[in-house]
Amino acid sequence: MTTDGSLTAPQDPAHDPADDPAREPAAGHDQAPASTPIVAVALDGAGWHPAAWREPGARPEALTDAAYWVGLTQLAEAGLVDLVTFEDSFGIPVGPWDDPAADRTDRVRVRLDAELVAARVAPTTRHVGLVPVVTVTHTEPFHVAKALATLDHTSRGRAGWQVRASPSGTEARLTGRRDLPEITQEDYTSGRADEQVAERFAEAAAVVDAVRALWDSWEDDAEIRDVATRRFIDRDKVHRVDVETPWFSVRGPSITPRPPQGQPVVTALAHATVPYELAARSADVVFVTPQDDATAASILAEVRAAEERVGRTGEPLRVVADLAVVLDTNGRAGAERLARLDARAGSAAGSGWVTDARVLAGSAADVADVVEAWTALGYDGVRLRPAVLPDDLEALVTDVLPELRRRGLARTAYDAGSLRGLLRLPTDVPSRFAVV
Amino acid sequence: MSTPTGTPRKQIILGAYLGGVNHHTLWHLPESGSQIDFSTFEHTARTAERGRFDFFFLAEGLALRERDGQVFDQDIVGRPDTFTVLASLAAVTEHLGLAATINATFNEPYELARQIVSLDHLSGGRAAWNVVTSFDAFTGANFRRGGFLDRSQRYERAAETIEVVRSLWDSWAAEDLVIDKEAGVFSRSGAGSFAHAGPQFDVGGWFGVPRAPQGHPVILQAGVSPQGRDFAAANSDAIFSPYGRFDEARAYYQDVKARAAGFGRDPDHLKILPSASFVLGATEKEAQDKARWVREEQVTGRTAQILLEQIWNRDLSAYDPDGPLPDVEPALDAPSFIAGRALTHADRPATVARLRAQAEANGWSLRQTAVEEFTRGSFVGTPTRVADALDDFVQDDGSDGFVIGSYLVPTGLDEFVDDVVPLLQERGSLRTEYTGTTLRDNLGLPTPARAGDAAVARAV
Repeated sequence: MTTDGSLTAPQDPAHDPADDPAREPAAGHDQAPASTPIVAVALDGAGWHPAAWREPGARPEALTDAAYWVGLTQLAEAGLVDLVTFEDSFGIPVGPWDDPAADRTDRVRVRLDAELVAARVAPTTRHVGLVPVVTVTHTEPFHVAKALATLDHTSRGRAGWQVRASPSGTEARLTGRRDLPEITQEDYTSGRADEQVAERFAEAAAVVDAVRALWDSWEDDAEIRDVATRRFIDRDKVHRVDVETPWFSVRGPSITPRPPQGQPVVTALAHATVPYELAARSADVVFVTPQDDATAASILAEVRAAEERVGRTGEPLRVVADLAVVLDTNGRAGAERLARLDARAGSAAGSGWVTDARVLAGSAADVADVVEAWTALGYDGVRLRPAVLPDDLEALVTDVLPELRRRGLARTAYDAGSLRGLLRLPTDVPSRFAVV
Repeated sequence: MSTPTGTPRKQIILGAYLGGVNHHTLWHLPESGSQIDFSTFEHTARTAERGRFDFFFLAEGLALRERDGQVFDQDIVGRPDTFTVLASLAAVTEHLGLAATINATFNEPYELARQIVSLDHLSGGRAAWNVVTSFDAFTGANFRRGGFLDRSQRYERAAETIEVVRSLWDSWAAEDLVIDKEAGVFSRSGAGSFAHAGPQFDVGGWFGVPRAPQGHPVILQAGVSPQGRDFAAANSDAIFSPYGRFDEARAYYQDVKARAAGFGRDPDHLKILPSASFVLGATEKEAQDKARWVREEQVTGRTAQILLEQIWNRDLSAYDPDGPLPDVEPALDAPSFIAGRALTHADRPATVARLRAQAEANGWSLRQTAVEEFTRGSFVGTPTRVADALDDFVQDDGSDGFVIGSYLVPTGLDEFVDDVVPLLQERGSLRTEYTGTTLRDNLGLPTPARAGDAAVARAV
């Protein structure tokens, strides 16, 4: 951190088209010889711990400043992470089972639109993948498709998307277009909410299908600029999608030409069977939340089973384990930092920070041990959720990533010009409408 | 000129318009660049900022235009998502306002308010929203809501959309963000709470974006019909007008400013900005020749047929572009032959009669008629003549400024900034450095009072 609180990282604000690898026509040939696990970083507010904003290094007043997000993303890029996710929700940020209607004055309750944060950051970075959470339940699939396609254009092939379904009645109230009952943790555990949750995930899958179809609605070479006939496009290469679902219909084509990656990377966070199936059906990457080695193994098996059930073909789903980290940093042990955070968050005695992902308080070596173990189980990588920003992100970059590299578990250079390339996904993705 | 010596000159407001889907952009020229690469937007925005423009403006279209059921292929086709491009442009500019045309029909107020205010934060107070409405089922086919909205309801929905959006922007007071780390108070109780029940929207909950740097992002509109003029005069900070000729522009200016005063507003707080194009030359003759060439290139024979099909509402491809106007009458009751394009000629028979009279009087062919009807070289001449004309237009209250577009993307604005802007600055009619930090500052607009300060009882 500099004295003015901004984060330091290599400044590289301008793209030079001449040496921008995303512009090379080498689609399909830019994969590195050796493959290391995917290392992603999940950014959310002042960090994932509810009391993160109260830490001395936190800058809660800057959560709505562009410089804050630019600094964090450039820092992650300096650490050579594959992608950064930007957390979002349709409503205000709340913890997994916090009452969304509660008027909590002790929690961060502001959040900018994540897709716009990613767009703001795009020209200030050049390698790292930019993956905003975008909710699909109340938004327009057409808008979502063109926004992410455009992010892919402005980032030159680095756009991804974390799909989020919202079964919450509170969020439905924000548009007033639907009446959805509120769901409590009890409703989930008792199964009372099963039908509603399943319906919302079915809708989410339909939205992803529609968005993917819209991305394909312009073939790669639709723009011809044929001066002789004065035809700007070959209209036989621009297609209606005519998606019909119980929840919406989209005619198409998109107004936005095909994104540079063809299909930007689709990801989803999943904790249970229904979302595993959504991911298996629709996504390229799934983020899951094992608590230990045993659940890590069983979740992986469940995901593979979900792939079988939905009849996934082609590229297997990349399975990435989420891990919340409170690291040894600033001369304090992770455990000590976590205890202080928990005390400030007002957790009941004996119950520390419980979140959907495993919480690891410890050293860089502790994190590397987990990555090593889970990679050995067959995971494609890990998404680290810094408990406190920027403290734990700085520790990730200065301590954890070097340790991972020492063990051969993280990349040593950006070796692909697109996010798909970084994730070893096929980079030559023809439109479904293309006549081969 | 009418401005007395010694009186400060009106400052010309300039917006830069990047030609999206249209027949104006000469995409076939070798120096024409991509319509979608970020470098195109970046170049234009940086150029505008170099010229001390107030804002960069993007239009919107939510469906690819079609002719007889087929996507247009003669003109520029395809455009990006507006918010996304503007957020990226915020990274490569410092002062330039970022104006998004966003439809009030196919977006929900909560989401719109959130995106616009996010852009305002991410740009440090440079966001503007150009509110447009739509009602057609063709565009609606791309959206959840579909084409349900009756044409008569579109202003009703738009007005209520703006009302809800403003109430969301007002749901946070600046002081609601407490951020006391020691006491553990992030925000004041009640911050972000909102509820609205009206004919179009019944919504409520919590809004999660604190007060915008501009208080309210700038609101832009266009309004031509009496209803549209009232709507814009009541609701907007600036109006885009289609009137490029001085007399009609001044009449519009006076009318709309009077309407604003009638709504109890200071007319100076409503800026009128006609769209304008320009063609420059080293001599008057060179400029005029070039302007003629540009117009001819914009309207090929095929494009002329298609442009007139918008009026005739039927297939005119069989009519010789170099021959007379079609001898058939416009199809009034048929479905739209051209879909997805704003209707600019509501009274088709009257328009056809007018065009026939003009063509006959001037000996125009079909193509020449289309050139005259659909292209306008607003400001043509040497840089000095163009600077004079722009300046006089504003000083004599034809407008408060212009939204300027070029026939060449992305470098067309360069010569305007290099050759005309310094002359306007010499005249004292255009800033040489940005003075304000927000778009509102630069436009000379006040920060709106927060409705919630007086009207909303907060739960404590």
